[in-house]
Amino acid sequence: MLDIRDLQVEVSGERILKGVNLTVNAGEIHAVMGPNGSGKSTLTHVIAGKPGYDVVQGEVVFEGIDLLELSPDQRAREGIFLAFQYPVELPGVRNRQLLKSALDAVRLHRGQEELSAREFDKLFKTKVKEIGMDAELMKRSVNEGFSGGEKKRSEILQLSMLDPKLALLDETDSGLDIDALKSISESINRRVSSDRSTLLVTHYQRILNYVQPDCVHVLVDGIIVESGGRELASELEASGYKSFKDKDIQE
Amino acid sequence: MTNPKVISRTSSDKELNSDYKYGFVTDIETDLAPKGVNEDIVRLISAKKNEPEFLLEWRLKAYRHWLKQAGKDPDWAKIKFPAIDYQDIHYYASPVQAPQLESLDEVDPELIEAFNKLGIPIEEQKKMSGVAVDAIFDSSSVATTYQESLEKAGVIFCSMSEAVQRYPDLVRKYLGSVVPYSDNYYATLNSAVFSDGSFVYVPPGVRCPMELMTYFRINAEESGQFERTLIIADKGSSVSYLEGCTAPMRKSHQLHAAVVELVALDDAEIKYSTLQNWYPGDKNGEGGVYNFVTKRGKALGNNSKISWTQVETGSAITWKYPSVILQGDNSVGEFYSVALVNNHQQADTGTKMIHIGRNTKSTIVAKGISAGKGSNTYRGLVQIMPSAQNATNFTQCDSLLIGDKCGAHTVPYIDVRNQTARMEHEASTSKVSDDQLFYSMQRGISEEESHYMIVNGFCRGIFQELPFEFAMEAQQLLRVNLEGAVG
Amino acid sequence: MVVNLRGLNMSGNSVAHDQYRLDFKELDGRLVPDSPSWLSENRQIAFSEFENLGFRTTKRANERWKYTNIAPLARTGFRYRFEPNEDVVTIRSIRELLPWHEDWTRLVFVDGMYSDLLSNPDNNSSDVYVGQLREAMVDRSDVIENSLGSLVSYSKDGFLAANMAFLSDGAFVHVSNGVSPRKVIHLIFVSTGDEDPMVSYPRTLVLAGSGSDMTLVESYVGLLNNSYFTNAVTEVLVEDGSKVEHYRYMKESQDAFHVGTSRVQLGRDSTFSSSSFSQGSSIARNDLGVTFNSPGSSCSLSGLYQASDSEHVDSSIDIDHASPNCSSDQYFKGILDGNSRGVFSGKVLVRPEAQKTIARQADKNLLLSEGARINTKPSLEIFADDVVCSHGATAGALADELMFYMMSRGIDEKTARSLIVYGFASEIIDKFNLAPIRDRIECLLLDGSDFQ
Repeated sequence: MLDIRDLQVEVSGERILKGVNLTVNAGEIHAVMGPNGSGKSTLTHVIAGKPGYDVVQGEVVFEGIDLLELSPDQRAREGIFLAFQYPVELPGVRNRQLLKSALDAVRLHRGQEELSAREFDKLFKTKVKEIGMDAELMKRSVNEGFSGGEKKRSEILQLSMLDPKLALLDETDSGLDIDALKSISESINRRVSSDRSTLLVTHYQRILNYVQPDCVHVLVDGIIVESGGRELASELEASGYKSFKDKDIQE
Repeated sequence: MTNPKVISRTSSDKELNSDYKYGFVTDIETDLAPKGVNEDIVRLISAKKNEPEFLLEWRLKAYRHWLKQAGKDPDWAKIKFPAIDYQDIHYYASPVQAPQLESLDEVDPELIEAFNKLGIPIEEQKKMSGVAVDAIFDSSSVATTYQESLEKAGVIFCSMSEAVQRYPDLVRKYLGSVVPYSDNYYATLNSAVFSDGSFVYVPPGVRCPMELMTYFRINAEESGQFERTLIIADKGSSVSYLEGCTAPMRKSHQLHAAVVELVALDDAEIKYSTLQNWYPGDKNGEGGVYNFVTKRGKALGNNSKISWTQVETGSAITWKYPSVILQGDNSVGEFYSVALVNNHQQADTGTKMIHIGRNTKSTIVAKGISAGKGSNTYRGLVQIMPSAQNATNFTQCDSLLIGDKCGAHTVPYIDVRNQTARMEHEASTSKVSDDQLFYSMQRGISEEESHYMIVNGFCRGIFQELPFEFAMEAQQLLRVNLEGAVG
Repeated sequence: MVVNLRGLNMSGNSVAHDQYRLDFKELDGRLVPDSPSWLSENRQIAFSEFENLGFRTTKRANERWKYTNIAPLARTGFRYRFEPNEDVVTIRSIRELLPWHEDWTRLVFVDGMYSDLLSNPDNNSSDVYVGQLREAMVDRSDVIENSLGSLVSYSKDGFLAANMAFLSDGAFVHVSNGVSPRKVIHLIFVSTGDEDPMVSYPRTLVLAGSGSDMTLVESYVGLLNNSYFTNAVTEVLVEDGSKVEHYRYMKESQDAFHVGTSRVQLGRDSTFSSSSFSQGSSIARNDLGVTFNSPGSSCSLSGLYQASDSEHVDSSIDIDHASPNCSSDQYFKGILDGNSRGVFSGKVLVRPEAQKTIARQADKNLLLSEGARINTKPSLEIFADDVVCSHGATAGALADELMFYMMSRGIDEKTARSLIVYGFASEIIDKFNLAPIRDRIECLLLDGSDFQ
């Protein structure tokens, strides 16, 4: 589904990603783990097309399409969803309005009809309930006055509404209490199917107690230094990133 | 069922994409006074309207005062335009029709058609949903709908000309009581030559049963529109009043110098909403309406309230400061504004809140959006007089810039002469942030659409102050007028 | 005071008073033999500009003076003092009046004239020059010819024109590239006044060489309670990468008029901070303009203004962002009592090329009496889109709850009041990094309470 080849990325002249290779097949959950500053967020941003990153080499192919050629909204319509680490506030823009516009755009692109207001509201209500969002909160402007945890839940609600092929979750687990973590994990697990994939970027292995990845990658200083099964996460838990950093240097 | 529209929501996308969709000219017979202004023209206008002596005298006083002001157009606003040749304007243009209309059937069908095109049906059988409309074509009121049911409630809603004939005492008592003829250059001119406008009187204790609306349209070429509106809410009454404006596309500039006066007596409330979409001129700044308007309300009675809401998207130049004199104790003044400029448009708009009574309270929320080569200025005065014990004011002015060729300016004047006052002013200027844009686009929404959504969100607080139907129109106006500015 | 209306022309615009003409002629005759020709020429031109401009008192198109009525100033024929009044001024008498530190480098001007006796200049090294402008015109004439008047245009402003026309001496501060003078530089302008209204024209030129770092204090004080007029002009050229910490202390006599104009130009990556204290008088006007001409610089301006009785205090701040990536911050507070009037007008202009500008502006006012009045006008003029600009203004009285709280703790009303006022001002006072200035302001604010 997603093929990243020798991806090298700079921000203001500084090399952040130094040749990342990564393949995510349909139906898989991949976890990318790494210390702060290793380039994890950059990876998700580049896949989603955030401006400000210079791709100096490599390619990002999604279902045969060269993603790097597309604008962020085109990528989103192709089925890429980024749950932001720090979701921004959109003053005055209602959650419903954002989601309706987004869903209409995505559906139109897929050749589906726009949902009627009624159908949309029904779906919205169901999802709000499923995620355990406070319905009152959803009447507010997007992320405005939301707590950290509420913002994360709201991202997951959007994920669930838009139902993308590939979900990029950027530190969605950070700063959550255990109940919220469980609930968000359930939502991630619920989307597992043969045609949906998830790329989970995290600093901690805690979420991997609830979400079982097919593959774990360790990203250190802009390079994936090790890939393996879920046991890699436990190994990290025990020894930390330090051993990988050392390994990296030795190589 | 149809509703009055400043822009029709049923318009196709293609129509929306056109520059200005109200640019048609209606071919009807017009009674046009010769160009220029002098005492004879003032007398002619007064005679055409069969006005009582006191009004003619008042007009002449205004005209003579205006002559003394010659060359003293207000020069303090941040707007630029070539000097106006006041002798090159028709001061009276009115559709020719039977002098006294017995029913709407007598209205020139071309006129009805013109308003239909604008989405303003003035035929009552079309049954608009509870909005009474006074349609003003060039300088004359052509039809006022729902008169009968309003009369049942005791509400007077008619053209100013009619009010002068039927309720001369009310007119005499209140006309010029808020905006005296000597107030400012444009208001003085208006006092001399105003031709028509709307008149509203809501008797004591009556809540006006429906929204009142005036629809203005300039049609005749090289004519000025000088309408005069007067709204009086007697003790304990309330009324919500809407106005919408369009003009055809003309190469030359058209002058619109209106005066609106509001008077709220004890415990009365007036809510005045405007959607201003006069022709803004073309992309190169050619043509467009000069909208030089004086609007002021006097919250005369105790516990009275006057609220202005405006969405200003049209006009080549907007010069307008809807104000409130808070005279009664505990009176409340509000000003909510969205002003958008694009291409070569210029707006210098804001409000004045003059606190005189005790415990008076004012709120100002102004949102300015600048795009293209537009220049947008918020100019406001908050004045707290020594008598205004415990007055409070809160002001918030935010500006949004789209593109790097436009300007956004904030010029608040704050004059506090009473120590018990509490006033707070906040302002900010920024652009749509890249992070906000990316967030929205990541959800699959196109760049242009994301811009609209964010700009719309920026204005939401103001749109909420509008009656629902108007709020929908306002959003559309914003979209149409932002065309080409983003993406 | 004799009111003379001859200074008014038909349209009500005041033009230069006859007194100025007489004095200019006299002064010019005395100065010309020793002055460089460029200066004499400039003074001549400036005077004829001044004759045309006068001090404009009309309301129309006079936005910069909207809330300050200068008619009483404009119609008075202030006399120029040709002979020094030095004998009434002693170190002891001025120490009482202003922030003082024995170690500071000090230039003292009495009624605009340099006092050798009272000054403690620093003009012996090649690194730093703190001394008389008149002397420097001989030693360093090139530098001065190039920079004097480069930031003030006297063709539009009568005050600037008059200052230039009557320029005979002033303070000159020149810190060479990369030098950081250890000592604080203090420029003191004392007015003694007279029975007749007198005028003085303090003039200061400051050149901060690139990479230099200095601390500068300007003090303007009145010795006797006379009516006089101080028309001061200061120019500060801050070159690339340098840092200037500036303070301005103004406490003229209650009946005095003070119009002080300061213009600052910032070079690339430079830093300018300025904190001012302005005590009201008949008119006390502090007009400060900062221009960002090169990228990467920042300025932080703060001020405390105070007035009581029928005093008038006016702060006019103009920031011109003409270059990208600069930031400006303004924070002013006013304390107004009696029938006094405070005026604050702060303008931030962001030109089209000044992308990535950050500009903040705040003005907060405390009104302590029924008769006090504040006019505040914080304005933004923005032509660049990628900017973050904000401003705010507030006005209000002492909070009753606070007063009650203090009094319930046994503090008497007067003390409670001055403590709250002090608390309000402390945010600004803290910005004065020099203890002698802080102490002086604290003294003034807490005057009459038991907390000195």
